[in-house]
Amino acid sequence: MPVVNMVQALNSALREEMRRDPRVVVLGEDVGRRGGVFLVTEGLIDEFGPERVIDTPLTEAGIVGVATGMAMYGLKPVAEIQFIDFIYEAFDQIVTNLSKLRRRTGGMYSAPVVVRGPCCGGVKGGMFHSQSNESYFVHTSGLIVLMPSRPYDAKGLLKEAIRGEDPVIFLEPKILYRTIKEEVPEGDYTVPIGEARLVKEGSDATIVTWGAMVYQALETAKLAESKHGWSVEIIDLRTLFPFDKDSIIKSLEKTGRLVVVHEAPKTLGLGAEIAAYVAENAIELLKAPIVRVAGFDAPFPLVHERLYMPNVARIYMGLSKVMSY
Amino acid sequence: MEDLGFNIEEALGLHRVIDEDGNVVGEEPKVSGEKLLEMYVFMVRARILDEWILKLQRAGKVALHAPNRGQEAAAVGAAFALDKDDWLFPSYRELGAYLVRGLSEEEIIDRAIANVDDPLKGSEFAVYGNRKYNVVPAPVPVGSHIPLAVGAAIAAKIMGHKTVVMAIFGDGATSRGDFHSGLNFAGVFKAPVVLVIQNNQYAISLHVSRQTAARTLALKGAAYGVPGVRVDGNDVLAVFSAASKAVERARSGGGPTLIEALTYRVGPHTTADDPGRYRLQDEAKAFEKLDPIDRYRKYLINKGLLSELEDKRIWEEWSLKVEDVVKRCFNKPPLPPEVILHNVYSKPGWNLLEQMRELRESLRLIEELGLEVE
Repeated sequence: MPVVNMVQALNSALREEMRRDPRVVVLGEDVGRRGGVFLVTEGLIDEFGPERVIDTPLTEAGIVGVATGMAMYGLKPVAEIQFIDFIYEAFDQIVTNLSKLRRRTGGMYSAPVVVRGPCCGGVKGGMFHSQSNESYFVHTSGLIVLMPSRPYDAKGLLKEAIRGEDPVIFLEPKILYRTIKEEVPEGDYTVPIGEARLVKEGSDATIVTWGAMVYQALETAKLAESKHGWSVEIIDLRTLFPFDKDSIIKSLEKTGRLVVVHEAPKTLGLGAEIAAYVAENAIELLKAPIVRVAGFDAPFPLVHERLYMPNVARIYMGLSKVMSY
Repeated sequence: MEDLGFNIEEALGLHRVIDEDGNVVGEEPKVSGEKLLEMYVFMVRARILDEWILKLQRAGKVALHAPNRGQEAAAVGAAFALDKDDWLFPSYRELGAYLVRGLSEEEIIDRAIANVDDPLKGSEFAVYGNRKYNVVPAPVPVGSHIPLAVGAAIAAKIMGHKTVVMAIFGDGATSRGDFHSGLNFAGVFKAPVVLVIQNNQYAISLHVSRQTAARTLALKGAAYGVPGVRVDGNDVLAVFSAASKAVERARSGGGPTLIEALTYRVGPHTTADDPGRYRLQDEAKAFEKLDPIDRYRKYLINKGLLSELEDKRIWEEWSLKVEDVVKRCFNKPPLPPEVILHNVYSKPGWNLLEQMRELRESLRLIEELGLEVE
């Protein structure tokens, strides 16, 4: 199996799906000759031509609105948002049309669009190239929200998303694009939507996380193990909505302690929903209050971004809290 | 034909004052030789500063830079038409405009490296501004500042001020809804606003011919009842003349103007871009010949306002000055971590106070455990 990074894995997912299904088209800013600013669509225009790899004018509202119309008519568009921080111009299209189309037309129409783009921080991208804005989309009924943390999942989830019947917001942590490499099968496989991944088994506390925070959690688990012998289980959600409640509960049956870690700001981050779900449905499993370690309730900064995002120190503080309760 | 209140010739043509060799081909603006020279110095300063920020970016000291090379005339010519109390909403490729408004090289480099004197407190890269000079820092998502500029202009009108507001943005921004709603409001409310499209012909890789099917961008004003003027954006006098007329019109109650300054992005979109992937090297080379600074220098020399010797002195003087400024900026300490939680609200709420404690505790722990976080 070839060893590839996330960009290459995403590129092969797009290529394979475009070969498999002539209805799949890619559109977005600079996705053609430029291959996208992160080269996720590199070379696609050579194989599939400008009718299926469409460089669009600079308007996210246009990109998502047009993709929705294309999908209604019968295509399977994959719309790239150059940086997920630029998606807000398209917010009206996403909330008003894309997410509600099936419901508001009584099931007559649907728009299986995949809206994908680089998200999250850690690359000194400042306020408008670093955001983790998954909560807006999780909160919008009708959308599936995905965020892979490794090349294997990136390819498998993107293929699954393209084949699905519902609109998907596909968030790619840009810091992982080229930093994580692993063996990824050539050719077809998918990763099911709605299934978390057990990253590391443990028995004392559970960290539920996603995206690049998986690696911060792993590092913290190592520290906690060496300092105190704490055995930490780590779950990578992968599908942010509908999230895999069963995996979380199953883990808590073992550990009884939950720390949720995410880059997005704490208030109304997805951690709040997970904590509420556990509190409503499995409070008897808990040996300590649930702790959230999250981005601060402030716009993402250019300076000191590693202090803004959950880091080993802050995750360790969170673990210490549930362990010492 | 019925008078549409829109001069289509102005929107389709390309107004010029000087040609590539510095010869006069249009009506020269009626300003003193001193002012003409001042514009030149601003362009030189913008070029020197641009090169410095680029160098610092390559050395890993600046997160990202959007090179200005070749676009100095558009930024300087437009901003030079404003009065001190006027407002400017620039984008992220207008170093010359910031300098014209009064920002110093020191402040711009403080900003670029986000040290303790960064007026924007380390919030974002590649954008500049300061309320002191009525220069509003741009939001990075392009064009989203256009309605803000129009709103400020409408407010000035409501409040009975004579302030004129100018926004500068690129050709790519004209595709965004914000451009269209801004232009529409400007027309409906006769806002005292000047909207300057710095058409450098590329939105990253997309050529302007794929951005719009319209013949020119200035033409877009017609649909909104806003006069559109197209000028040679590498001709500082053409830009200045058009901007001055538009500012005058706005100030006297005549309403908004849309100016398209046609220029060319000689370099990459930003330091993270690689134009080799989507355009031929020769294309950029051909445009280097249209360099706005060379051309204006020839004009000033022809007019007897500048000598070769004086020109050399200007470049040397500012190169040395900026070198000193860079040294000074790097001697300043970085911004403290706490700034990341400042200025979210007028006063921090309980959540931010809690999180400030969490931040400080994490700093203590990082030190105690010797963790490498940053």
